[in-house]
Amino acid sequence: MTQVNAPRVYICTGCDIGASVDVDKLCKIPAEFGVPQAKRHPFLCGEEGLQYLRKEVAEGAGRILIAACSGRVYADRFDFGKDVMVERTALREALWVSTPNDPDTQLLAEDYLKMGIVKLQKSEKPEPYIHQLDDTILVVGGGITGMTAALAATDAGKRVRLVEKEAVLGGFVRKLKRRFPIDGTGNPVETNIVAMAEEVKNHPAVALHLSSEVVSISGQPGEFDVRIKTPEGEIAVRAGAIVQATGFRPYDISKLGHLGGGTVDNVITSARFEEIAASGRIRRPSDSKEPSSVAFIQCAGSRDEKHLPYCSSFCCMTSLKQARYIREQNPDAKVYIFYRDMRTPGKYELFYKQMQDDDGVFMTKGDVVSVAGVDGGVEIVVNNTLLGGTIRVKADMAVLAVGMESAAKNGGALHLAYRQGPELPELNYGFPDSHFVCFPYETRRTGIYAAGAVRHPMDAAQSETDAAGAALKAIQCITLAAAGKSAHPRSGDTSYPDIAFERCTQCKRCTEECPYGMYDEDAKGTPQPNPLRCRRCGTCMGACPQRIISFKNYSVDMFSAMIKAIGVPGEEENRPRVLILACENDSMPAFEMAAKLRLKLSPHIRVIGLRCLGSMNMVWLNDAFAKGLDGVLLFGCKFGDEYQCHNMKGSELASERLSKLEETLGRMSLEPERVRFVPIAIDDAYALPGIIGDFMKVIERVGPNPFKEFAD
Amino acid sequence: MATPAPKNPVVVIGGGIAGITAAVEAAECGANVILLEKRAHLGGRVARMHKYFPKLCAPYCGLELNFRRIRENPAIAVHTRAEVAEIKGQYGDFTVKVRLQPQMVNANCTACGKCAEVCPVERQDHYNYGMGTTKAIYMPHPMAFPQRYNISQKACIGKECGKCVQVCEYGAINLDARETVLELKAHSIVVATGWDPYNGAKLQGLSFGVSPNVISNVMMERLASPEGPAKGKLVRPSDGKEVRDVVFAQCAGSRDENHLPYCSSVCCLASLKQAAYVREAAPDAKIFIYYIDIRTPGKYERFYRKIAAEPNVTLIKGKIAKAEHDPETGGVIITAEDVLAGKKITRKTDLLVIATGMQPAAQNGVGGLKADENGFFTNAALARGIYAAGTARLPQDVSSSIMDATAAALKAVYGGRP
Repeated sequence: MTQVNAPRVYICTGCDIGASVDVDKLCKIPAEFGVPQAKRHPFLCGEEGLQYLRKEVAEGAGRILIAACSGRVYADRFDFGKDVMVERTALREALWVSTPNDPDTQLLAEDYLKMGIVKLQKSEKPEPYIHQLDDTILVVGGGITGMTAALAATDAGKRVRLVEKEAVLGGFVRKLKRRFPIDGTGNPVETNIVAMAEEVKNHPAVALHLSSEVVSISGQPGEFDVRIKTPEGEIAVRAGAIVQATGFRPYDISKLGHLGGGTVDNVITSARFEEIAASGRIRRPSDSKEPSSVAFIQCAGSRDEKHLPYCSSFCCMTSLKQARYIREQNPDAKVYIFYRDMRTPGKYELFYKQMQDDDGVFMTKGDVVSVAGVDGGVEIVVNNTLLGGTIRVKADMAVLAVGMESAAKNGGALHLAYRQGPELPELNYGFPDSHFVCFPYETRRTGIYAAGAVRHPMDAAQSETDAAGAALKAIQCITLAAAGKSAHPRSGDTSYPDIAFERCTQCKRCTEECPYGMYDEDAKGTPQPNPLRCRRCGTCMGACPQRIISFKNYSVDMFSAMIKAIGVPGEEENRPRVLILACENDSMPAFEMAAKLRLKLSPHIRVIGLRCLGSMNMVWLNDAFAKGLDGVLLFGCKFGDEYQCHNMKGSELASERLSKLEETLGRMSLEPERVRFVPIAIDDAYALPGIIGDFMKVIERVGPNPFKEFAD
Repeated sequence: MATPAPKNPVVVIGGGIAGITAAVEAAECGANVILLEKRAHLGGRVARMHKYFPKLCAPYCGLELNFRRIRENPAIAVHTRAEVAEIKGQYGDFTVKVRLQPQMVNANCTACGKCAEVCPVERQDHYNYGMGTTKAIYMPHPMAFPQRYNISQKACIGKECGKCVQVCEYGAINLDARETVLELKAHSIVVATGWDPYNGAKLQGLSFGVSPNVISNVMMERLASPEGPAKGKLVRPSDGKEVRDVVFAQCAGSRDENHLPYCSSVCCLASLKQAAYVREAAPDAKIFIYYIDIRTPGKYERFYRKIAAEPNVTLIKGKIAKAEHDPETGGVIITAEDVLAGKKITRKTDLLVIATGMQPAAQNGVGGLKADENGFFTNAALARGIYAAGTARLPQDVSSSIMDATAAALKAVYGGRP
């Protein structure tokens, strides 16, 4: 009996598929699932094949299983419009890693076909969650980053609400005399920060709140409810997305006692020096004398495990710029710069070269041991200099080039009313960064983007770039959300989790584990979803022991059914079956690469790709063993400090769930060795035969799953 | 409410990580995007990197996600083997003239690989910086995007051979294909033309191109890669012998007024990363890094500390003055100064890696756009509606290039200030 709207199955025989398996036999598989016999075509991705498929669609095929190459290949060609559901079974790649025309290969192909059919049967078209959304950009912080983000957003036609805790705009840059030249040539340049502040202040699309602070933020992208404490009282407003640009604090000089910080009058920070220079003639604090010699101590607190372990990125250029101020004020003045490494990347090197060519500026590598007040001035003791050994230098004053600490370090900027905490999660050192390297805006709080020095130690020029980048992501997030689509990494995905609340036990796993803090909780602990925060990774679905969270096209039941569709030969056949649940971002491409390289993998594995290993529900392991499968491998991304998971901790959560596995296995009297988590990176293709081969040996050793004979 | 997307598409020149990022970010804001790449495949320099610093993760991980964003977004059109000949017009209404090199392998290609099996011609493998060979019809990398073979016009002997045409079951090869010209309308343009490694042969005294065991840092990436010419085994190019001693020469061409006056920003981190490759492949090998300053800004400092603390890793402040082929061992003899110790060093090593810097790939301009005296594009000097991003604008690392490209996408879609 054929089902209504049953999947139609099309098998491509190109790329050696037809020459590697008995396709006629494969064509009969769908009948086992009440699905019409599969049709075959020699070249489905070619124009003729596509025309054939389009004709099938026109004749009513609404659910199509393409058993050909992987879904990574030609996704665009096999797109027949939004009303046609297309599922791809990577027959080609599965066959490339197998021995052609072998009985085991035939069984493998049959199983993949079965899983594909079941997946399509269990899949529904997602209905996008579409709401009328607010597209105002809330910018928290009115320094150069915040103002740049605000103006970038207004240039894009958006309304902006800017909240600044000080009474004036401009932040740190407002206190500067000048900025160092971006292209490294010429003199330090005007900051133009006052003109920028005026533009922001007078901009018709900017609602500006000075001397104000965010009190609370709740809701989700396009629907953030923001309370702001202003001098006129507390107000409640809406915002669509948020840029956090709360900047940095110069490192506290009083913690640098060995460098005279906080104890010697004529030892000041570079920030203080800048203020002095900006206000007129440079004079030293103790007696207002114009200094005829100034020493700069680099890395004052930075690159120091006892203080800030990182490099603050802007201090070398700042000291070079300030050296120029002194040399301009007094051509006879001497400047000393004690550094560990001069860090003037890119074109900044050209400015460094200019200063190296200045006879009045002496620079040496060395470790500054102490700075003390001597004879009204300062004396600096430096070890390991290029001049050989320890030197002592006297100067009228010393400037400590102190580094930057993220303003987010002690929180208090956003006050998110989120179950997972009030601020953006930090990555390290108090900086609320996200996936470092490839996706600098892969935020863990959808719709909220940190930018500038609050996110990473960076100078003003890079902060301006970062501000524009964050503004784009903020606008993009609302644009996507308004269309019911997910933001990165599953950009464009219109599915979202449905929850069968009547069976919820308030265990809170979903609210704790969601990498994006999508769920809030009510007083009883019932999850309160905020679908527009969701990035569709499925971690909540994997976490839920009640199995009540599912997506229309991605569900616990779907994968259970796929696992149950795997054919399990009897024990006497000596054909073990190993299920591999694999992350589709990295592990699945690694499999494909293995296929392209024609590496050989065991024909006894059955691989299922998951959105993220975090979406792995433990019931699937039960299903696998109850069905008689002999082992399960979990392939996910590396986790820990240098995590590679695009959902931050999906693979980590999955491996944590395994700790509860022994109970399950114990109940079934199965050996714990039957399940193994393996971190897999996208370039691990060459390692796959070994990893899988080793595991097959383990399975051989522990023997067949005794449940085989009971399985249906 | 929603800001309308521009009428004309955003044209992105360059399909490396900056161009790819600008394209997908702009398209996910609702703009139509045309991405132009002069080579046959996307990915640019980063596709040829073995790992990224500081996570030592594979660049293909991020590329793969971005390729998916391209594949699944009908608003992005990609043209490979496409070179920009001319840019005319103004913001909102540019015309970009593009020369499309002959598309001898068409979209029918299934990447089955039969063509390469029968192709009789071997050519130097440029993807691997000349180390090793490929057939005249080739895929540079199994995961290359688009998944389509490419024919080296220079190497292919043409129709008189035609073996690939005969063997291809899909009619994917046309050796008669000719160059075509496209005239594209553009709302705005992102210039993301990237960088080339500085030619090590210009560095007199370092024997690059003379001794096979003097290699550049980009070559080291290919040597370390399992898809590279040595299948990831770290060996001496001259004789395949396992390396026991590796020297890195920093600032090879960078920070040098006779070569590149600027700092290339990434080479310190690249060498530290490559030291990690050596540590993994040959844990007993001695590693020496000669530097002027170690430049590992921001949180990269942690990576520096981690690698510097590894056994067998030694950092020496000083420049390598000379490197010569060692006829006795087949290795390289270097002469350097140790500035802190105040002495001259001579050392025999198996492999000298010169950390050559970044030279802008479009230093002579693109489509009539002029670069500055160092070959970079500065936004202030470009017309409204044209924005430079990534290493076409500044020497910068991958993460910074991506930030830059995201910022450029905003300006390109919505018409921002430079």
